[in-house]
Amino acid sequence: MLGLIAALVAIAAVRRDPPIATTSQRIAGVAEPGGAAVSLDTTLYLPESTPAPAVLLAHGFGGSKGSVADEARSLARRGYVVLTYSARGFGASGGLIHLDAPDYEIADASRLVDWLAQQSSVELDGPGDPRVGVAGSSYGGALALLLAAYDTRIDVVAADITWNELADALFPQSEQGGATGSGVFKRLWAGYLFAAGGDDGDSGANSGCGRFAPEICDLYQRAAQTGAADAATLALLHASSPASVLSSITAPTLLSQGQRDSLFPLGQADANARGIAANGTPVQVRWRAGGHDGGGSPSLSAIDDWFQTVLVDGKRPATDQAFVFDRSGAGLSAATGRSVAQTIRVTGGYPGIAGAPDAPRHSLALTGAAQTINAPAGGAPAAVTSVPALGGLLDAAGLLGGQTAALTDPPGQVADFVSAPLSASVLVVGSAQIQLTVTSLTTTSATLFVGLHDVSPDGGDSLPAGLVSPVLLTGLQPGVPRDVTIELPGIVTQFASGDRLRVSVATTDLGYTLPSAPAQYTIQLQGNGELSVPTLSGETLRSGSPRVWLLAGLAAVALAVLVAWLAPIALARRGRRLGPRTVADDSPDGDADHGNEVPLIVQDLVKEYRSGYRAVDGVSFRVERGQVVGLLGPNGAGKTTVLRMVMGLIRPTSGRILVFGQVIVPGAPVLSRLGAFVEGAGFLPHLSGRDNLRLFWAATGLASPEADVETALEIAGLGASVDRKVKTYSQGMRQRLAIAQAMLGLPEVLVLDEPTNGLDPPQIAEMRSVLRRYAATGRTVIVSSHLLSEVEQTCSHVVVMHRGRIVSAGAVEDIAGAGSTQLAVADPAKAMAALTAAGITATEVPARRALEEVFLQLIGGDDDQRS
Amino acid sequence: MTSAPERRDANAVSAATRVGTHSRLDTAQSRSGAHDLRGTLPLRVELARQVRRRRTQAVAILVLVLPVLIALAFRIGGTGDDTGGGPALLQVATSGAGNFALFTEYVSVGFLLVVMVALFCGDSVASEASWSSLRYLLAIPVPRARLLRQKLIIALLLSFAAQLLLPLWAFLVGGAFFGWAPVESPLGGSFGWGEALSRLLIVLAYSCGQSLVVAGLAFLLGVLTDAPLGAVGGSVMLVIVSNILDSITALDPYRQFLPTHFQYSWVDALGPEVVWDDMMRGTGLALVYSAIFFATAWLAFDRKDITS
Repeated sequence: MLGLIAALVAIAAVRRDPPIATTSQRIAGVAEPGGAAVSLDTTLYLPESTPAPAVLLAHGFGGSKGSVADEARSLARRGYVVLTYSARGFGASGGLIHLDAPDYEIADASRLVDWLAQQSSVELDGPGDPRVGVAGSSYGGALALLLAAYDTRIDVVAADITWNELADALFPQSEQGGATGSGVFKRLWAGYLFAAGGDDGDSGANSGCGRFAPEICDLYQRAAQTGAADAATLALLHASSPASVLSSITAPTLLSQGQRDSLFPLGQADANARGIAANGTPVQVRWRAGGHDGGGSPSLSAIDDWFQTVLVDGKRPATDQAFVFDRSGAGLSAATGRSVAQTIRVTGGYPGIAGAPDAPRHSLALTGAAQTINAPAGGAPAAVTSVPALGGLLDAAGLLGGQTAALTDPPGQVADFVSAPLSASVLVVGSAQIQLTVTSLTTTSATLFVGLHDVSPDGGDSLPAGLVSPVLLTGLQPGVPRDVTIELPGIVTQFASGDRLRVSVATTDLGYTLPSAPAQYTIQLQGNGELSVPTLSGETLRSGSPRVWLLAGLAAVALAVLVAWLAPIALARRGRRLGPRTVADDSPDGDADHGNEVPLIVQDLVKEYRSGYRAVDGVSFRVERGQVVGLLGPNGAGKTTVLRMVMGLIRPTSGRILVFGQVIVPGAPVLSRLGAFVEGAGFLPHLSGRDNLRLFWAATGLASPEADVETALEIAGLGASVDRKVKTYSQGMRQRLAIAQAMLGLPEVLVLDEPTNGLDPPQIAEMRSVLRRYAATGRTVIVSSHLLSEVEQTCSHVVVMHRGRIVSAGAVEDIAGAGSTQLAVADPAKAMAALTAAGITATEVPARRALEEVFLQLIGGDDDQRS
Repeated sequence: MTSAPERRDANAVSAATRVGTHSRLDTAQSRSGAHDLRGTLPLRVELARQVRRRRTQAVAILVLVLPVLIALAFRIGGTGDDTGGGPALLQVATSGAGNFALFTEYVSVGFLLVVMVALFCGDSVASEASWSSLRYLLAIPVPRARLLRQKLIIALLLSFAAQLLLPLWAFLVGGAFFGWAPVESPLGGSFGWGEALSRLLIVLAYSCGQSLVVAGLAFLLGVLTDAPLGAVGGSVMLVIVSNILDSITALDPYRQFLPTHFQYSWVDALGPEVVWDDMMRGTGLALVYSAIFFATAWLAFDRKDITS
């Protein structure tokens, strides 16, 4: 884990963005009609390694080269030479705005491509022909498409939220089969855009046209006054529209369009896609979140992928590109908990805004009687759906009130047609169709705005993306109904089950030029009143394969289980090879049967700690049945370490321990014949003494004769305290309980480490009697102590340890008697007489010396030897 | 083993003098040496050892009190008027029982549940070591691998129980406070009861899976150290450090390998349809981490000298 953190820190420290060098220069553009020279303000972004393919990056309307600096830097980091520039009429560039006119803006861009071809940092396809892609949003997007049509050196195109036919975008007509530019003037947007280019700058003049070329200024002013497009306007707009040149585009094209865009709705990209694909040119269509009404940005990674294929890999993308669309708010961000867009990918090619011919369409029956609606004189009050640059604000307003219908449906101006509640949720992707019959009561024309609303069961009403379809019907005869088919706005919206769809037909919308004379229309559904809705299903776009992660996880688990399973088996096998689990064949005394009966044999036991300290150093001893063996030594002699190894808690460095002929390893089954109390009590403090012993016995997995626990409790002698929590016990009480626990089930070998610590003298005396009785039944007791008197009074045998070694071992009498020469005689009186007779003075002394004396002598000798 | 009369006799005598008890030593038989170690430390015994601990009870009380506190807070303060701010689950938290349960889960996953899981799993072995009872269990002998297995099963059982109890109790509390309206998706629309239940189960299953990382690390630390606080604190610390690193976007794309990166991916189960991608990634990552941690715990414990 620490390693992982260290690695991440290292990555963070080492990783820095590759340096991007930038140079600013002015490049000559096409001269204005009067002959005035135009210079373009440009910036070149150089990636880390050159030569590299180039990207010409154009900005949007009202922007300058600075507005795309972040994207440029980001693309340069991905390895492209990026040229940004302020289009003529914007920023620090000279000249006037000709609205992406082929002779001016497009010709300018061709000059820039010429310039790129001269740069040593740019890869070339041929002399004067750089390997170059062109990208841009909105105004820049249209430039990209037009440039690709006019300049064959362009290898690849990425156009974001741009137009197909300006006249369609500015004078939209949603009646199926309506003529181009025959619709309702989008006056708020047009005015807003005109203002964006209407700044005279520092010239001091105030012509009212700002930096627009005179013909463009004139065009706008005429349209804004009349609310309609004349033939000259249409011709000029057409020249500035990709629609005029789509058949010339051969460079693979990435088209992305915003779903929240009342200026250039999805239909514009749809027309571009169909026009370009008609030549067999590869086109990918993405419907992204956001748009001119706010939010979202073009996906740089999508652009990079698209350019990479063509510019770096030198391949031509397939023509059946997947269709990709975002579903705004379809997912929750795991990082922030807020709703985020989900990207859906539909394979099998772009279906078109009306849905593929073979794609499933949802037909919904609408109900609603014929309704008469008013168009107010002067066009006020007007419904508010989208307002340029304020789209986002209206969303917030809608959320605050919970109802957008108050804004979108002025009373008396809207006809409603509603579906039944949906039985299952429907994902609408594209543009729905409805057939209506419109009867104008007084006028010969009708201006209508048709919207598709989502009405939730609690009455909440929302207009997806704030989009409506404007319809301008002309040539009506008052009182004579006309059947019309209307294309509803292109949207990507999930209508939840239980919701209703509502089609609203309104007479006003704030964004458009409205008739100033009052009018009344009767609207009714045609025929059965079917609403035809395009639906799509695709899979959520995956970045990489998530299944690999899952498989890796499962593999890791399998591996871990395998290791956990096999490791003990392997260890056991190795153990068997290294030494037999029984000593039947090599018991020290060569007596095979006897070896299995010996309670404890310790052979050459060594425990060396990592520090090199040898706590136990070559200890060998043997304990027979019925013995009470004392392990005697000062503190630190290694007694406890030996006992821990006997219990299988510590692995010996070398040597081995046999209990009833079985080699002791951690968890050796033979340990169940051994009861132990080593280095203090170990109880669960939150349980009573009785519960502790009960659960301990239960943990052995053996049948639980209550009497055993009761007997042990009696031996512990805790009285009423047995039902108190152990944490309230004194040290002596814990000690007694622990010894009782060691005796639970009366194991054949009882190992007690310093059992009398913390006991008072009567209890010590009783302990002695208990241990002697225990051994008298043929069981074995091993006691460690640093108290000589203790061992002397309790034990039959003693092993004296000092500094990890055995100093002496044997019967207590033998040890106590050893150390001086003794002569044993059958008849002391006779011997005394004989000695006296021989002239030797003899005195009778007791044969035993105090163990203490022996012990101190043994240890003292040892000390001398060592030092 | 012991016949009834003897036992009665022993008890009767012992009332007067304990020495009388000792006579049983002469007659009773030793426990058999050949018993099956696969029966040692049964799960019910380990459960009894853990459930009666103060910390288990404290966690249970916390889990029971927290949803009530949150519900009272909503009752008093409302969900706040700042639209668009805060997690989407907050906006619909009080729309009914199911939403309240989801919100409670959302606010608990990041820290509370982490601490609970770390407590149950980290403290399991370490506390035995600190009480010195570990060596007596091992001397029974409970084979070491078995000891870990039994302890882990109970630790995970308690962890998962807490993780299930919290949302289920929150569901009931939410129902009492805010009614039993169908679960409303924070993305719009609502689920029927069957759908809501299956989504809730996905959420719980996923967050249980995610908690395996913390469980694994806490368990490993608990095996390595004798200090319960070290094991619990260490694993909580990892989560905090991982969360901090995860907030540094400059670490992309390596961030996604952080153990907590996919901690909240269960929100993908709350949309119109379940999106499995990140949940698959998160589960895979959790499995890798926990497999490493658990395997290391097993190997380390197998080799460890028990000196506590």
